Amino acid sequence: MAKVKLKEEYPGFSLTLNGIILNKGDDFTDIEQSFELDQAINNDYVEIFKEETKGKKAEVVEGNEVWVFAEQRNGKISRVVFELLGKAHELAGKLNVKVGALLLCERANGLQDELLSYGAHKVYLVENALLKDYRTDLYTKVISDLIKNENPQIVIYGATNIGRDLAPRIAQRITTGLTADCTGLDIDEDGLLLQTRPAFGGNIMAQIKCPKHKPQMSTVRPGTFKINKIKDDKGEVVKVKVSLTDPITKIIDIIKSKKKKANLEDAQIIVSGGRGLGNKENFRMIEELASLIGAEIGASRAVVDSGWIAKDHQVGQTGKTVRPKVYIACGISGAIQHRAGMQNSEIIIAINKDPNAMIFSLADYGIVADVKQFIPALIAELKKQ
Amino acid sequence: MNIIVCIKQVPDTTEVKIDPSTGRLIREGVPSIINPEDKNALEEALKIKEEYSSKIIVLTMGPSQAEDALREALAMGADEAILLSDIKFAGSDTWATANALAGAIKTIGKYDLILCGRQAIDGDTAQVGPQVAEALGIPQITYAQKIELKNNKAVVERELEDGYEIIESNLPALITCTQNLNEPRYLSLKGIDKSFEKNITKWTAKDAGINENLVGIKVSPTMVKKTFSPNAKGQGVILKGSIKEMASELIEKLKEKEFIKQYG
Repeated sequence: MAKVKLKEEYPGFSLTLNGIILNKGDDFTDIEQSFELDQAINNDYVEIFKEETKGKKAEVVEGNEVWVFAEQRNGKISRVVFELLGKAHELAGKLNVKVGALLLCERANGLQDELLSYGAHKVYLVENALLKDYRTDLYTKVISDLIKNENPQIVIYGATNIGRDLAPRIAQRITTGLTADCTGLDIDEDGLLLQTRPAFGGNIMAQIKCPKHKPQMSTVRPGTFKINKIKDDKGEVVKVKVSLTDPITKIIDIIKSKKKKANLEDAQIIVSGGRGLGNKENFRMIEELASLIGAEIGASRAVVDSGWIAKDHQVGQTGKTVRPKVYIACGISGAIQHRAGMQNSEIIIAINKDPNAMIFSLADYGIVADVKQFIPALIAELKKQ
Repeated sequence: MNIIVCIKQVPDTTEVKIDPSTGRLIREGVPSIINPEDKNALEEALKIKEEYSSKIIVLTMGPSQAEDALREALAMGADEAILLSDIKFAGSDTWATANALAGAIKTIGKYDLILCGRQAIDGDTAQVGPQVAEALGIPQITYAQKIELKNNKAVVERELEDGYEIIESNLPALITCTQNLNEPRYLSLKGIDKSFEKNITKWTAKDAGINENLVGIKVSPTMVKKTFSPNAKGQGVILKGSIKEMASELIEKLKEKEFIKQYG
């Protein structure tokens, strides 16, 4: 007998084990030992209740912290930072250590309090006019030095265009491992960070560890983890003084895109189209349906590569990671590369004419029909109501 | 101008199929290609060569069949090719791979510009470029969508999520290239013919003067614990009936859960 519950990362809504239905968000449920249970554990779908986590809570110890790089742009903390703080708080809880947030900026102006209210116990604050905008060399130096002085055991970065520029540079400088674009982070039985990420173009998943080097470092795509408000009353701000020389490269200008980019990360509903739509003209159906129900438009890699819609709409391993309340996959087969970007959606609706399409294994509601006929019918019904 | 272009031979992951009965990856018959964004890097080098007299060296680390990728790069117009191939490199993670490439680049010696693809389609990590730059101690500019060379400096448009920044760097520098940078040229028959007149240099770790304690699976900080196919079992409901019936049932289901209440 084991007490288990579905992991947040499980790519579906519910799972049946020995005839018992586990829903996401349910508390721990007793499940008899069985092949099905072994498989679920092996696939990392369920979390097992451990007795020691129930008893008296162990003391939080100093040092060995779990750190999050608190990326800021234009004096605003990037959303992914709050997602990472929530996860870091969970990991630190398992290790009985503190969460530290690293904030490099010109003037914090209260940003440190924001970090403390989303899961950080400590903010390492480095204020310097040269750190106003992200600079590869200066940020690498400041963070590498801080890591060497404070010895955190884990450092997590958002897999943004800044995080993916910075983290590898730091990993090389301090000689440690770095795992890119993780979709799952956990602590294993040896207290090591267990990093799950899509591999081989998103066709398989890999679990990666960094057993002999510290800190263990990961980047995580925006949208992967949920934001939680976690207030720590004893939050602490550690001011770090640095002396810096001018950066080796020069920013000549920063230009904001005039065209409004698709905001899939914050969307409540996403209607996503795939190759099953047949051609670019038919893709307009997706746009009509989306505007009718107030949804954002998503797309598979195949249709973006074919030029039916711009790249900023792409969902998946090489596109965006999303977690809307409702994800409607229209004519998408459901390659792992796509699933990697949308499997954390709350409700997944799949429309595909092939009853064997992979996408149905994720779907809460499946419709076996030609998407080119079904969407016009759905639009007509919606308009009627 | 000496330009080194780092390329990787990768399986064409868009051609990978999954065995529906086992949920496992079918690796057989997947063609090997030059990683797409590495081709953008090579194309950019070729464009620079059209303006400034340059020598382009393509460098790859891989098994002996990676020679095919180098041959293709020579056919596109690269001048020289180096294949780093040694059993000692096997299983290198991005840290160890960067050590090997940086070691070989130091042995090549004279360079003004290193161009790499932003990321490879098999690993998608985007780490090796910055890690090579760090190992060499030179500036990096990642996510390049436009590159201009002026007065021994590179002026690069670097993609951001909501626009781009323009960065100026002294040379030598390492730049990682995105698919938005250019359109890689097609091979010409003449180019293919000429590629066979060019020599591919093969280096072992020792030939390239690479510190063997910094490469290979044993010293790589990260290790793959296991791989798996996330073939989730379907627990969802398959709707039945005519298209119209299914459409109205779907709307009902969504309303029940109050997901589209405000729009219905």
